[in-house]
Amino acid sequence: MFKILKKRDVSPSVKLIEIEAPLVANSAKSGQFVVLRLKDGGERIPLTIADKDKKKGTLTIVFQVVGKTTQELSVYKAGDSIKDLLGPLGKATDFGGAKNIVCVAGGVGIAEIYPEVKELQEEGKKVTTIIGARNKSLLFFEEELKAVSSALHITTDDGSSGRKGFVSDVLKDLLTSDKSIDLVVAVGPVIMMKVVSELTKNFNVRTIVSLNPIMLDATGMCGACRVTVGGKTLFGCVDGPSFDGHQVDFGGLMKRLNQFKDEEKNSAEIYKLKCAECR
Amino acid sequence: MPINPKKTDMSKQAPEARVKNFNEVALGYNEAEALKEAARCLQCKKPFCIEGCPVNVNIPAFIKLVGEKKYDEAAKKIKETNSLPAVCGRVCPQEEQCELKCIVGKKNEPVGIGRLERFVADAEMKAGNIEKNAVKLPEKKLAKVVIAGSGPAGLTCAGDLAMLGYDVTIYESLHATGGVLRYGIPQFRLPKEILDIEVDYLRKLGVKIIVNVLVGKTIPVAELFKQGYAAVFIGAGAGLPSFLGVPGENLAGVYSANEYLTRINLMQAYKFPETDTPVRIGGRVAVVGAGNVAMDAARCSLRLGAKEVYIVYRRSEEEMPARKEEIENAVEEGVKLHLLTAPVEVLGDEKTGRVTGLKVIKCSLGEPDASGRRRPVIIPGSEYVMELDTVVSAIGQSPNPLIPQSMPELKTGKWGNIVTNEETGETSVPGVYAGGDIATGAATVIAAMGAGKKAAASMDKYIKAKLGIG
Repeated sequence: MFKILKKRDVSPSVKLIEIEAPLVANSAKSGQFVVLRLKDGGERIPLTIADKDKKKGTLTIVFQVVGKTTQELSVYKAGDSIKDLLGPLGKATDFGGAKNIVCVAGGVGIAEIYPEVKELQEEGKKVTTIIGARNKSLLFFEEELKAVSSALHITTDDGSSGRKGFVSDVLKDLLTSDKSIDLVVAVGPVIMMKVVSELTKNFNVRTIVSLNPIMLDATGMCGACRVTVGGKTLFGCVDGPSFDGHQVDFGGLMKRLNQFKDEEKNSAEIYKLKCAECR
Repeated sequence: MPINPKKTDMSKQAPEARVKNFNEVALGYNEAEALKEAARCLQCKKPFCIEGCPVNVNIPAFIKLVGEKKYDEAAKKIKETNSLPAVCGRVCPQEEQCELKCIVGKKNEPVGIGRLERFVADAEMKAGNIEKNAVKLPEKKLAKVVIAGSGPAGLTCAGDLAMLGYDVTIYESLHATGGVLRYGIPQFRLPKEILDIEVDYLRKLGVKIIVNVLVGKTIPVAELFKQGYAAVFIGAGAGLPSFLGVPGENLAGVYSANEYLTRINLMQAYKFPETDTPVRIGGRVAVVGAGNVAMDAARCSLRLGAKEVYIVYRRSEEEMPARKEEIENAVEEGVKLHLLTAPVEVLGDEKTGRVTGLKVIKCSLGEPDASGRRRPVIIPGSEYVMELDTVVSAIGQSPNPLIPQSMPELKTGKWGNIVTNEETGETSVPGVYAGGDIATGAATVIAAMGAGKKAAASMDKYIKAKLGIG
């Protein structure tokens, strides 16, 4: 059992939990993830490690409430326990010695990119961070990211915070004005990572994206997380989750992500009905 | 009295009933049947059957005890060398091992060794005597060892080392024990209750089993040595599945057999939405491949409501690698064999990215290839399309890549397998041993158990030499 020590709402649909998992905290590196299963009969879901505290032996996980399991997890409180948790999984992100990096994030990716920004800053690299959301209420971690970035840019679709528009608008300006940018890291919705990768390809700037394919065992056994990268079949849990954004077949990824959409919707709806009763 | 030329039959659930449930198909011998079969054993002075068994069970001795109705003694005899008799009695390919060497089998059908082994293990379970019969081991242990992976190789290695007096910890990466015995082999061939009892037997021998720890990721192997473990056995099992190598293999609705079976067996997708993991089967399923895993996937599909289930295999029935009795079971249940047929392309719906069919081509058999089997040769112009909802790729997998990835000093072979001395399980790193699919690539449960056993013996020697004892 893995005990939840802290729980907080970072936005209406994004929650943060701190979990006691000393072995995982001790080995985790930025870009890696865990798989967790709440209880018997539960599904195994991969979630990115947003932060860790080796001394306390804890992991911070930030997740977006989308399906049944994340809905269920969102009602867990400090003191509750998660049945199974495995990690750290996947490879740590390889920044390849880049010196001037732009980190771009949207949605729950804002939390997921935090450990990478922090690591790069600690290594003395120049890190510019761009975060975006539909509106102000969906933004979070602004202060945390500001503290570890050389500069933080914010965009919202409706202009309720920062610049009105998309993260790619700011990125385009940066790439145009600063030719020394040698790496872009993008974490967030698939469509955002796709748009960012298309943009950076035009500027010929190396781009790392962090993919979130469906996973089952997440230990290199089942092959559910396969993605097409540069025409080759690679595996999210073994070769990723970070890949060269210019080589990823995002269309194929989106179709594979929708594989169980009906079942997932069904399961979430049943949970909502039951949950309304139990409350 | 002349020997009965035929093996005593074992009753099975009728095909039309069993395709509607996940209960065990083969029902096992009753006492009378077991005694009848035990009487067929010649009690050879030089028993070749023992040589045929990768874990060298003293077969004539346990069969003799069955004949004397000393079932507990028979169970103890088997457990001297095999901690998992109920599993082995069910899933070992005895026809290629002990029973292949049986002298009775020269002229008649061999003795049903596997069926008797199962009978003995089940009898001990039913009598509730497992705990009573367990060997009492000394409290003081020789040294601490770690086993990475609780599949057949790891469980066997752990059992043997516990019996030799070691303090054994198994780390399992999944949330449940058993490895392929749990995620791969379906309930109707190996009930998980039986597996639980055999895993629990190891706990009675003092083995500690900790789930949710992936050696190499959660704890590096080097860290284990720092913590004072004297040796490590890696039984990490199968890794990344091979896909068909044809266009469309990544469409939604194309599963590897590992994924398909893991969803169904480990995650219990057949109870969805009561459980949370779905599996989408549809009405028509093709399983590409013809090994035991392919048969398991095909038979699960029928039980999950598929109307048409096909095995697509590029060679003929003779070359099918599955056990004969599993092929018979599958065909009895309604699985249709498309033999001498190779996949060309998985067809899908452009918009949804879902499978709609499989384009295949007919083959004939040419000269034998490197594997000694006759090579399939494509017949030009013989393509046709099978309309399908699901395609399962059951054509094998490579060894698990994660531990080798975490230990660059560990020597690996062409397929990413950990290179070992086959007789000892030694790897290129002192104190680190490996066996099972991680070392050989996909093979059988009992082969993995044999490797676990050999490794246990050489780990014992290695540790004793280091400690200057024995």
